[in-house]
Amino acid sequence: MKFIKFLFIGILFGIVMTKSEAISWYRIQEMFRFDAFHMYGIIGTALAFGILIMQFIKRRELKNTEGEIIQLKDKNPATYRYFLGGIVFGLGWALSGACPGPMFTLVGNGYLPILIVIGSAVLGTLAYGILREILPH
Amino acid sequence: MIEYISQPWAWYVSGPVIAFVMFLLLWAGGEFGVSSNLRTICSMGGAGKKIGFFNFDWKKQIWNLVFIFGAILGGFIAQNYLNSNEALQLSQNTVNDLAGLGIAFDGALVPAQLFSWESIATIQGFLVLVVGGFLVGFGARWAGGCTSGHAISGLSNFQLPSLIAVIGFFIGGLTMTYLIFPLIF
Repeated sequence: MKFIKFLFIGILFGIVMTKSEAISWYRIQEMFRFDAFHMYGIIGTALAFGILIMQFIKRRELKNTEGEIIQLKDKNPATYRYFLGGIVFGLGWALSGACPGPMFTLVGNGYLPILIVIGSAVLGTLAYGILREILPH
Repeated sequence: MIEYISQPWAWYVSGPVIAFVMFLLLWAGGEFGVSSNLRTICSMGGAGKKIGFFNFDWKKQIWNLVFIFGAILGGFIAQNYLNSNEALQLSQNTVNDLAGLGIAFDGALVPAQLFSWESIATIQGFLVLVVGGFLVGFGARWAGGCTSGHAISGLSNFQLPSLIAVIGFFIGGLTMTYLIFPLIF
């Protein structure tokens, strides 16, 4: 039962990703072609509100439902992994038109061939795990 | 009310709702990072026995799997019960550019000519579905996060690594769109 709240948050996420059309392959192409403000507006306002939320959580030392103060983890300092990994991710994002959140949401939308994309993304994750020691970080 | 929210949502509604999702996840004791689930799936499949990277207690990530299961349900609800059946309003420039590459705009969320079971047998379909997915999974883990973890969560918390990753996302995306698409389509 303690997971049920995550189910409802996920439902809200799936609805907003669908209704905003952020799960659309076409919208991702439109974004990378700078032909519309739509995706930039979504990410920009999410970010603006996100900054306010993060500041609110930190300043109020807000507690989560378990009663613990919410810890906002810092990312490990590094350069290569973020830059090179980011480029590889971006190549795939433009090609498949979906980042991980939209992939799962598209399944619910009934576009079942996206399961091939999810399966391939799992394989890509597995390949990273195998090659991790020899990749620059 | 249902009719009203069944229309496509404007960016200035969608963005704040996504930020609210991030807040709810933090409040519920989780965090906003979808690609971590791909690592969890590898671990559940037993990859941790051979590869150290997957040797962690995946049961602590069940909440995140429940979250993406919810996202699947949310997609189903939006498609079937909150749908005004309007065609996507794609910019005419993008429609024309894609037509020039031989990709027809069909008004759906994704082009049926690429996202079908049959298309996997074509070079373009294989690249979009298989290679595209592989690069997303590989890149997300190498970069330590995807759009949710870096572009939303990380940047909101002023993380320099996330800024570097997002710059990488766009270098990769623009390279694919402008340099590689003309070669493969």
